[in-house]
Amino acid sequence: MKKLKFSSVMLWVGLAFLYIPMAILVFYSFNASKLVTVWGGFSAKWYGELFKDQQILDAVGTSLTLAFFSATTAVVLGAMAAFVMTRFRHSFAKLTLSNMITAPLVMPEVITGLSLMLLFVAMSDLLGWPKERGMVTVWIAHSTFCAAYVAVVVSARLRELDRSIEEAALDLGAKPLKTFMLITVPMISPSLIAGWFLSFSLSLDDLVIASFVSGPGATTLPMVVFSSVRLGVSPKINALATIIILAVSLIALLSWYLTRRKEKRAKMI
Amino acid sequence: MIKNMLYALSKGRTWTLGVPYVWLFLFFAVPFLIVLKISFSSAAIAIPPYEAIYEYADESLQILLNMGNYLLIFEDSLYIDAYIGSLKMAFFSTIACLLIGFPMAYAIARAPKSSQGVLLLLVMLPSWTSFLIRVYAWMGILSNNGLLNNFLLWVGAISEPLQMLNTNFAVYVGIVYTYLPFMILPLYSTLVKLDGSLLEAAADLGSRSLNTFWKITLPLSKGGIIAGSMLVFIPVVGEFVIPELLGGPDSLMIGKVLWQEFFNNRDWPVAASLAMIMLALLIVPITLFHRYQSREMEKGL
Repeated sequence: MKKLKFSSVMLWVGLAFLYIPMAILVFYSFNASKLVTVWGGFSAKWYGELFKDQQILDAVGTSLTLAFFSATTAVVLGAMAAFVMTRFRHSFAKLTLSNMITAPLVMPEVITGLSLMLLFVAMSDLLGWPKERGMVTVWIAHSTFCAAYVAVVVSARLRELDRSIEEAALDLGAKPLKTFMLITVPMISPSLIAGWFLSFSLSLDDLVIASFVSGPGATTLPMVVFSSVRLGVSPKINALATIIILAVSLIALLSWYLTRRKEKRAKMI
Repeated sequence: MIKNMLYALSKGRTWTLGVPYVWLFLFFAVPFLIVLKISFSSAAIAIPPYEAIYEYADESLQILLNMGNYLLIFEDSLYIDAYIGSLKMAFFSTIACLLIGFPMAYAIARAPKSSQGVLLLLVMLPSWTSFLIRVYAWMGILSNNGLLNNFLLWVGAISEPLQMLNTNFAVYVGIVYTYLPFMILPLYSTLVKLDGSLLEAAADLGSRSLNTFWKITLPLSKGGIIAGSMLVFIPVVGEFVIPELLGGPDSLMIGKVLWQEFFNNRDWPVAASLAMIMLALLIVPITLFHRYQSREMEKGL
């Protein structure tokens, strides 16, 4: 018999620890009883209730819009920063940029949220803009911290890229911008897409920063969920959780399948 | 001079550096200066609810730095206890994540190449779903009439429900549960680069596996341990959601206190001072993390 290794046992115990609470969440979303922990028979009525809740539906719309624009801005900013980090010579500007791009990764959310909120208040005092906090301020906040994650993902890809192709294009007389657009961008596109999806999910998920910098008319989904969850467990939230878990798993599995198929094809050639 | 500047601006290089630089400077660096400024002002019933710290009148500039907020924080044991509570919570949950995460990362790194991708996906997948939802899941499990209590009663291990929700125990469980993937990922990326022949050589020369672990595996995975620990420790110090939802009155954490000062008491200057002190406490771990991260980013340059 093969000896069971301690680390492999821990791996499966750890994975069980990660997945059992989610499985329970999904299971109880089909509970007919309002009490979340007592099983009252199978029912999908909470899903019906969920789709009748206008407040939640509005918040989903707000959050998806914000996540889309924040992720797109973050990819542009993050990719530029990553390019500087991996391709530029050392300089004072690069050093300070590298400080500013990695710090948001670990900065406690309450500090980031508070500081941006105070910035927006000071700006509206001095410049008269933004008049009130809302979608735009949350967009700025999310783009800023998501850019840090994009920079990490993209710089990892830029580093392992074969630079001789870029150099060849430059030697043959292509302008730097053209080389970047026609050679570099297509080669790093998987990491740009990964960074976009990561930013999208981070923006969709953020509660603390959004609570600080948001204003009337920009209530995101986590804000609605938080105020409901604060009052205790509710089966409607379980139904919402199930939909989120399902959507994320489907996207993740699909992207994993696509990259694997591509790798296999690359091997066959 | 101006000609030089225009020439520099026309170059793509300057734009590539300039755009993210200006954005981050404006929306990441400047806000900290404003927090610092407001931490020295005093609260007022106004919009915004604080007083200006400088005044220019009669050709004289008066700057009034109010140290009151900082003095208040150092005198009131509530704030000190909250800082200590946060640091303690962050320290022990980092250790717990490391103890659980290291063997998991090791097992993934030693698994066949073809299955490493799936295993990593399985570890990361929960962190892409909602953070709030994952904390919420434990509310249903740990509550007095929750699943865990019902199970323990059914088994006969306890005769009456244990108070688990709204205790420090629940906060620990919540933190380890939500932050574990962030520990595993950097550990995996250093462990996977570990040269297997080193371990074989050690074994051939008669080293026991535990000895090999201490002498070879652990020192070579130092970078990953530091990065993973900082990715857990630093955000947990400022954590708000987990103590709010899973903790009780005795789980005092600074993120929660700051939130209450800001939203409930509307005392922005005290909230700003609390943030500045938190930042000062975290400057060493943040620098450690930054050094690791920028080395990773610039490798091969």
